[in-house]
Parts: sequence; C-alpha cells; structure tokens
Amino acid sequence: MNLFGKLTAAAFPQEPIIIVATLFMVAIIFSIAILLTVKKRWTWLWSEWLTSVDHKKIGVMYIIFAFVMLVRGFIDALMMRGQLAMSVGDNHGFLPPDHYDQIFTAHGVIMIFFVAMPLMFGLINIATPLLIGARDVAFPFLNNLSLWLSVVGALLLNLSLSVGEFARTGWLAYPPLSELAYSPGVGVDYYIWSIQIAGIGTLLSGINFIVTILKMRAKGMTLTRIPVFVWTTLCSMILVVVSFPILTVTLALLFLDRYYGMHFFTADFGGNPMMYVNLIWAWGHPEVYILILPAFGIFSEVVPVFARKKLFGYTTMIWATIAITFLSFVVWVHHFFTMGAGANVNAFFGIMTMIIAIPTGVKVFNWLFTMYRGRITFTTPMLWTMGFLSTFTFGGMTGVLLAIPAADFQLHNSLFLIAHFHNTIIGGVVFGYFAGLTYWFPKIMGFRLNEKYGARAFWCWIIGFFTAFIPLYIVGLMGMTRRLNHYEVASGWHPFLVVSAIGAVIIGVGILFQFIQIYVSIRDRKHTLDNTGDPWDGRTLEWSTSSPPPFYNFAHLPTVHGRQPYWDTKYGEGAVPQRAHYEDIHMPKNTPIGVLIAGFALVLCFSIVWHITWLIPVSLVGIVGAVMARSFDHETEYVVRVKEITEIEGRRHK
Amino acid sequence: MTNTTTHNLSEHASQNAHHEADARTLFGFWVYIMSDCILFASLFATYAVLHNSTFGGPNAKELFNLHFVLIETLILLTSSFTYGLAMLSAHHHKKPRALLFLAITFILGITFVSLEVNEFTHLISEGNGPDKSAFLSAFFTLVGTHGLHVTVGLMWMFTLMAQVLDKGLTYMTMRKLATLGLFWHFLDIIWIFVFSIVYLMGAL
Repeated sequence: MNLFGKLTAAAFPQEPIIIVATLFMVAIIFSIAILLTVKKRWTWLWSEWLTSVDHKKIGVMYIIFAFVMLVRGFIDALMMRGQLAMSVGDNHGFLPPDHYDQIFTAHGVIMIFFVAMPLMFGLINIATPLLIGARDVAFPFLNNLSLWLSVVGALLLNLSLSVGEFARTGWLAYPPLSELAYSPGVGVDYYIWSIQIAGIGTLLSGINFIVTILKMRAKGMTLTRIPVFVWTTLCSMILVVVSFPILTVTLALLFLDRYYGMHFFTADFGGNPMMYVNLIWAWGHPEVYILILPAFGIFSEVVPVFARKKLFGYTTMIWATIAITFLSFVVWVHHFFTMGAGANVNAFFGIMTMIIAIPTGVKVFNWLFTMYRGRITFTTPMLWTMGFLSTFTFGGMTGVLLAIPAADFQLHNSLFLIAHFHNTIIGGVVFGYFAGLTYWFPKIMGFRLNEKYGARAFWCWIIGFFTAFIPLYIVGLMGMTRRLNHYEVASGWHPFLVVSAIGAVIIGVGILFQFIQIYVSIRDRKHTLDNTGDPWDGRTLEWSTSSPPPFYNFAHLPTVHGRQPYWDTKYGEGAVPQRAHYEDIHMPKNTPIGVLIAGFALVLCFSIVWHITWLIPVSLVGIVGAVMARSFDHETEYVVRVKEITEIEGRRHK
Repeated sequence: MTNTTTHNLSEHASQNAHHEADARTLFGFWVYIMSDCILFASLFATYAVLHNSTFGGPNAKELFNLHFVLIETLILLTSSFTYGLAMLSAHHHKKPRALLFLAITFILGITFVSLEVNEFTHLISEGNGPDKSAFLSAFFTLVGTHGLHVTVGLMWMFTLMAQVLDKGLTYMTMRKLATLGLFWHFLDIIWIFVFSIVYLMGAL
C-alpha cells in the first residue's frame, strides 16, 4: 500500500501558466492569512462568520464565494477567447490542446456550479426569510452545511489546477470519453467529486427552502399572497429536489465504472453511453430552470418597485412559473436530437421545447405591462432588468430555432449553440442576479451601492456580451463546432473570433467596474447610508425592518393582509398599531459541525481521487462522528431576552 | 401570581415552538424521502435499461435463489413491524420496552445486511461480480444502494438507542425516532420493489 496512493511529484505543476496560477492562488491565501493575523480577526472570522447559522451571513458568504469563482471562471473564458483569436493557420496559440480542453471543462463547471448556483443561493438566503416574515430558515445548521459543501466542491476543483489535472471532457463529461480507458488521469475523478459534493449541498438547500417557504410564512401570508420571488424560489427548489438525485446517481455510476470496472456507460460489456447522456440531461435541463426561475422572481420584485406600479398579472406569473417547472422535465432530449431517437420522439421534444416559450412570453409581457405608464426610475437594478428583457428575449428566440430538430441537426454542438445558451444564461441568470444583488445590497449591508459604477458595469456587460457572442452565432452558422482550439485561415472565422475576444475584454472591464463599485461604495458609505430600512420605497416585508436587519429579523412577526404587505402599511388605510411589548425569541446557536463535516468531506474526496486507500475510512469515520456529535446535541437553540430586544429596537427607533 | 402566569405562558410558547419544530422536521424529512425516491427511481430505470445486457454472462434467472431472497424479505418486513412496536411503546412512555424493540429491530436489520453481503460475496466468488456485465453492474448497484441505506439506518438506530438511554424519551428523542421510523419503513417499500422487479421478474 502506498502512503499517497497515485499522488506523486509529477502531479505538481510543470507548465509555466499553471505554475504562475498556483503561485497566484498561494499568494492570495497567504496575504489573506497575514491580514487576518495582523488585524487579529481569526476568532471573529470563525465565530461570527464561518460557524454562523444566520441566513443573512450565509447569504453574504455565498455571494463572496461566487465572485471569487467568477474571477477564476472568467480568466478561463479570456484564455479561450485569446487562444481562438490567435490560433489560426501556422499559429497554434499559447494553449496546448491538453490544457485547452481542461480550461473549457473547468469554465463550464465553475460558471454553473460555483458562480451561478452560489449567487442564486446567496440571494435566496438573504431574501427569502425576510420576504416571508420569518426569523431564519427551517434548518439553519443544514444551511451552514450546504454552504461549506459547495465550497468544498470548488476547493477540489481549484486544487486540481495545482495538484494533478482537471477533466478534458467538456462540462458534462460524456462517456465513453470520460471512462477510464480514454481518460486514465485523475481529471474526471476531480470532476465527479467536486460536483457530487456540491450537489449534495444543493439538495440539502433545496429541502431547506421548500420547508421554509411552506411552513414558516408570516400569519396571513397565504400561497396567493407570497411575493413572486418566493414562488419562483419554491418552484426552483422543487426542481432541485426532483432533479439533483438524478445527478447524484449519474455521477456515482460513472465513478463505479471508473473505480470498480463496472459497465454502465462503457462501450463494451453491454454498457450504454447514451444512457448517461439521457440521465445527465434529465438533471441538466431542469438545472437551467433552477437557475433562471429565481432570476425571473427578482425581476418581478424589481420592476414594480422602480416602475412604482403594482405587478401586472400576479396570478398568471405564478401559473407561468408552475408551467415552466413542469415543462422543464419533458424537454431533455432536445440536447441530443442527433442521438437518433427517431422522428416522432424528436418531434415531441421539439414541440415541448417550443411550448416553453409561451409561459416565458407571458412573463415578459407581464413585466412590460407593469412598466407601461409607470414612473420608471433608471437605477442599476432597473438597468439590469431592461438589459435582461432585450437580451433574454433574443436568446429565447434562438432557442426556438434550435428546438426544431431538423435545424438542430445542422446546429448541434456548433458555436451557434454556445452563443444561444450564453445568451440566455448571461442575459437571464447573470443579469437577474446582478439586479437582485444591487436591489438587496442596502438591506444587508446598510448602505447602497454606487450608482455610477453600477451603470458603467452594466453597459460594459451588455455591450461586451453582444460583441462577444453575435460573432459566435455567425461562425456557428458558418460551421464552426465547439471545443476547437485551432482552425485554418480559409475557414474565414478569424475576424469574427477576434471581435469575440474584444467582447470578452469589454465584459472583463465590466467585472472590474463591479469590483470598483464595491470598493467605492464601502469607501463612500456615509453618503448612501440607509437609515430608514426602506431605500427604494419598497412593497414587501424585507423593507419593513431595519437595514441591516437585527439577527432575529423581526422583533414582532408581521401579519399580512395582501400581496404588498409593506406598501399597504405605508400607504394603505389605517396604520398598523405600534406594539411596544416584546417577547422572548428562540434563535439557533452557531455551530462548527458544518465546517467540520465539510473539512472531512474534502479529505474524503481528495483521497478517493488519488486512491489514498487508508485515508478514505479515516475521513468517513470523521464525517460519521461529526454527524453523531450533532445528533447528540439537543441544546441547539438559545433564548434572546426581551431586555436585549428592547435595547436593539430602541437604538433603531431613536 | 404574576410569576406563575408568565411561567405558564412561556411554557405554552415553548410547547408551541416544539410542535412547530416537529412539523418542520417531519415535513422536511418527507421531502428528503421524496428525493431519495427519485434516486432509487433512477437506479431502477438504469436496471430496466441494462437488465438484458448480460454480454454473454449469466442472466437473472440463472443467478437468483428466490428462497433466500424471501427469507431476506421476511426479515426486513418483520423489522418494520418491530420498529412500529418500539414507537408504540415510546408513545406510552415505556422506555425499557421501546429499547427492547429497537434492539430487536437492530438485530433483524444486521441479519438482513449480513445475508445480503453473503449473497454478494457468493456471486463474486463464482466470478459473477459487478464488472462481469452491464446487467450485473446495475444489479449490484441497485441492491447495494438499498443495503447501504439500511446500514446507515442501523448506525442511526444505534445512535438513537444511546440517546434514549442517556436522555430518555424527551420530545427531541421522540422526534428523532419518528424520522428514523419514516426512513425505515421507506426502505421496506423500496425493498418490495427490489424484490418484485429484480428478483421475482428476473426469476420468472
């Protein structure tokens, strides 16, 4: 037995690009550690943040995590666009195929699992309990654990950059390429375990928010009164619970093939690679709706506030959401019409796909009608929303083109497809979450984000997006397939790919503006302080408490009489009587167990990836021990006394 | 007087809080069980796709011994019954009896898992391991995943027996026993499907 399994010195970086990247990561970690030591902030970090079960803090940590990974994923994108702008004819660019393939795989995995998902969970965490008038989520400890499991997934992926390699298979790792015979290295194993562990975290969150939304709403908040964001979150979390177990199984089966020589997806011994493709898309298609539905919810919160009008068509909005939730499970074959399932099967899935455009169209018109004759203020959240409306509609229409099986046979795996899904994911998901981020930022931090830099970031993003992806639509129609890293001059693609690279740089400037925006906003926070708790003249419950809210959110749990509870309190008939009498509040205690379990999970996954056989049972015992320790702890709550509440509330109403 | 009223009030409030927490935990656990159903559904679907892909190796009919599986099934079903008895005793605050039934359930569970391990090692020793064909990969994974669930359930049961012994039948241990009960009965139902689809339909 080898102490380090398959791990040898050869696994450590040899290529200059990777050495620089590794040194960069190590330098950042070291400088953060030094900063924390100098400022004596380790205990603060540990007890106030890492072990926190407060949904607001967990939300903030998710968002910071997402932005860190956005930088990594975006550098991957820049490298790909740079490579393709150069690598024509005799010039082979700066990335060898072996490295290029890892980059496009990592880019996809990072952007979906470690940027979009954490941004989504960050915003859901921050907003949902406040929107429904609750003091926390249903299972605060699980919420903390979910965060750390996602972080472990990302850590594994980043580790693969320096120790070993990442998969070279594309972001869904289709077999037989991802089988041991064709991918003998540890890349696919890193891929499997980084997604598997993050996926388990996601599943736990899904359960958590379903229970939170269904069981913890304020008194009077019936299902037809909950804010649209909460509805879309509920549907998205239902999709999580239904689809993520399929992902878990699919990855587990691929793992069994690779580790124990089984034959689920191998090309011989009766295995069936197309079954993998079906299974992964039975998860993968709902996954894109998991991401987009909460973004739709954000727009539905933002538009009424900044158009100063009630949301148009609340009921149709909800029904459209439910319709999309259902339809997202009956379209998965459109990702591989070329499998050869036959004309009738393809026709069914093609028609189902086109039908999704109808409820989505209903939503778009609802937002437009809400804006119609409203008094619109062009704040940053509203800019992102309007950018979304045009960009996403464009992307949706190219999606309907792709939904026609006959057309798809031409466009399958071309850059037209790449342009299409970036069109919907950047234009829909990313713009939506950025809108939500600027919208709820003052609630959580107590001051607004800088508007000037917000607008600059927005314009760079949207102009950069179109500059980067319209050329990709064109080269896709010209026949360029995805995942190429070299092409000939005669193809005529070169000028388009140069324009596309310029577009990527413009988006990069947008991201830079976002970081400047955060810096400037913190620096100038005295001018944008939100003392009222209601900076946008909002309509829903989160604006009724202070900014930032006290850790228990609401001193009195609110009672709801309509769809716009806070608006009605402000402008409706009869002000709500002030209640001075407080009661004790039960709150969950912070706990280190989540971090502990995630730490053992990291060791477990790393030792599985590298076949370090002795460490696998050790880390498993660690996980089981930590879970048992948690199970034995029956004192997970504490009581906040009236005296403390009176003090905190007194400070607010001073 | 005022003191007792406040005391009663807060007692009442805390009872309410317990009740709400119970409802949340049980509902959350139901949602988890639904997700586990999807997990097993994916494995059953995989088995359905691959059950004829024997690649020249043995098929279900040649491999499975129905008598053996029937004994396994009866043991698992009995364990569900004894778990029910344990819950009844717990609701009547009869701690020793509840513990006794939990112990019986635990032993039945261990027996089930050992029988399954026995079946697996027997198959592997005859050269019909999971790497033999896609059919056997699917069989071992589906049945093994159920076995793994039962094993986790046993570890959980062990922890809960220790907790009941240590802390008694408090509202916390009762809630935990109720969730484990859901899990345990759920595994029974999954096994009924395994028995019918894998063994019965395979052997007939």
